[in-house]
Amino acid sequence: MSDTIDEAIPQALREIGPATKTKKRSGGRVGRVGWPVYVMLGIATLISVFPLYYMFVIASAGASAVTSVPPRLYPGLNFFDIAAKVFDTVPFFQSLMNSVIVSLAVAVIASLLCALAGFAFAKLQFPGRNTLFLIVILTMTVPSQLSVIPQYLIISALGWVDTLQALIVPGLASAFGIFWMRQHMTTTLNDELMQAARIDGANSWQIFWRIGLPVVRPAVFVLGLITFTSVWNDFMWPFIVLKSPELFTVQVALKQLQANRTIDLALSMGGSFLATLPLLIVFFFVGRRMVAGIMDGAFKG
Amino acid sequence: MSATIATATTADIHNGPAPQKKRGRPPRDGRRPIRQHWGERIAPYAYVAPFFVIFIVFGLFPLLFTFYVALFDWNPIGEQTFVGLANFERLFQDDRFWNALVNTFGIFLISTVPQLLLALGLAHLLNHAALKMANFFRMALLIPYITSVAATAIVFAQIFDKNFGLINWVLGALGLPAVNFLASQVGSWIVISSMVMWRWFGYNTLLYLAGLQALPREMYEAASVDGASGWQQFIHLTIPSLRPIIIFTVIMSTIGGLQIFTEPLLVSPESGLTCGGGRQCQTLALFLYEQGFGQFKFGYGSAIGVALFVIVVVVAALNFFLSTRTRKAR
Repeated sequence: MSDTIDEAIPQALREIGPATKTKKRSGGRVGRVGWPVYVMLGIATLISVFPLYYMFVIASAGASAVTSVPPRLYPGLNFFDIAAKVFDTVPFFQSLMNSVIVSLAVAVIASLLCALAGFAFAKLQFPGRNTLFLIVILTMTVPSQLSVIPQYLIISALGWVDTLQALIVPGLASAFGIFWMRQHMTTTLNDELMQAARIDGANSWQIFWRIGLPVVRPAVFVLGLITFTSVWNDFMWPFIVLKSPELFTVQVALKQLQANRTIDLALSMGGSFLATLPLLIVFFFVGRRMVAGIMDGAFKG
Repeated sequence: MSATIATATTADIHNGPAPQKKRGRPPRDGRRPIRQHWGERIAPYAYVAPFFVIFIVFGLFPLLFTFYVALFDWNPIGEQTFVGLANFERLFQDDRFWNALVNTFGIFLISTVPQLLLALGLAHLLNHAALKMANFFRMALLIPYITSVAATAIVFAQIFDKNFGLINWVLGALGLPAVNFLASQVGSWIVISSMVMWRWFGYNTLLYLAGLQALPREMYEAASVDGASGWQQFIHLTIPSLRPIIIFTVIMSTIGGLQIFTEPLLVSPESGLTCGGGRQCQTLALFLYEQGFGQFKFGYGSAIGVALFVIVVVVAALNFFLSTRTRKAR
């Protein structure tokens, strides 16, 4: 027991922690994880949570929370009043719905398309496979942002300006997703199983749908979560493409609320909190899987 | 028929080793010779086609088209006049462009360097087998990542507010004068960098932690036995082992850094598309937006896009250089 704990004693404790000051690095045997580690991780946790908490403080205590001396750091009771005001000032509920529609559509469709393409790149033989995959990888390094002007011209040629499909369709091509799914297909999908299915007459679609997709389902789920989060939080493209307030996503609606900041800071804080709340709720239930998925992706990537 | 078999095998995966008898019964019509008819041969292309079609329409074509538009004086609601390289000549003499470039790299440096160092340190702390509440800490570190970027910008703007911000309150409590962060270039870089840093430090911590946990424990044990100090282990084992991930995060941070847009736009309700009267914190992405969509100069905006592309290529080349060096070092 003590052995494993000794191994686990991080070099970090000796490097960063107060223990460093003793200069007894080589012999520093500590029986358990020391309190300084918890203190530092506690501070990191506090930093991670504080801005969101402070948003809620202002959104529930009103803008006066900011001007009071010393600054108020505990929530008030007015959150529902302020939230109601947010919904009155801008079509915020509609914005939430728009964000849900766009994020969900992109997350579901893109994840399935990525799983399919990842399956093809991982498990099927076809001429040009490696070249095509290399192209996928190369596209990851070019930020699409630099070509927003021609993208806008295309969207406008398609007549899609100020529509939600302008947000959904371009988001469906995810090089990262294909890369990620290919990794998972390669490591998870058993070749013998595929061979057996082939002998039984299954075609590649049936193999994907009945064997490939089920075995990588957890990875598809995490990819969907990550995609949902990034689409939900996307700002620039919706800001460019959407013109009418009824079609705004929450992020664009926030910009609109912020313009009212001189009128009431609590309103933009309330909106900010409400814009994050749906993701927080989702995260509460599936956060562990998301953490595991991100770490898993890093490990394999 | 094949469908039933496929279902059975799927069940095998979920339930572990399956009863052998199921596999022993091949379907009658499964005896046909396996021939790849044309449908099966083109199927793989159909599977990867959606990506390529969408990418060509919304990714590759716009990228190439940027170079074309940059050669024009292009007004989206007026006419387009071919001007050759005039946009680029103007760009290189445009102080606003160099200012945006400096801002972009300033913000990138201030946000990335401390962030990745912090992430490395935290990953070390989290890399304990005996750590209690490990999942709690990991999840907490990911909360900034799921927080809306616009919301982050709005709350940080308040925290750094010149009159009623928490930072200035703390400075005041320490007897220091209040700082109007957004008034100065470095001050506004700090505000924007802290938003970026806050958003990504936990995410990068998890990436490093994943890398650390993939390392064999024996490596550190052996190093300890040989008398390597914690610091020596960190420098000679941890850093080299994590080097591919470190390079990866640096590249991703650079690409992300070149795209910083929301934070400077929302840093204050008054700063607008220039991020303040003196363009203190206008990034390249924001400059592109200002020229393209604020002033309807699509040609000039595209020239900024081309400049961004050149920077990306340089970064990618650097990436290639560094990763080949890493491979040689092994």
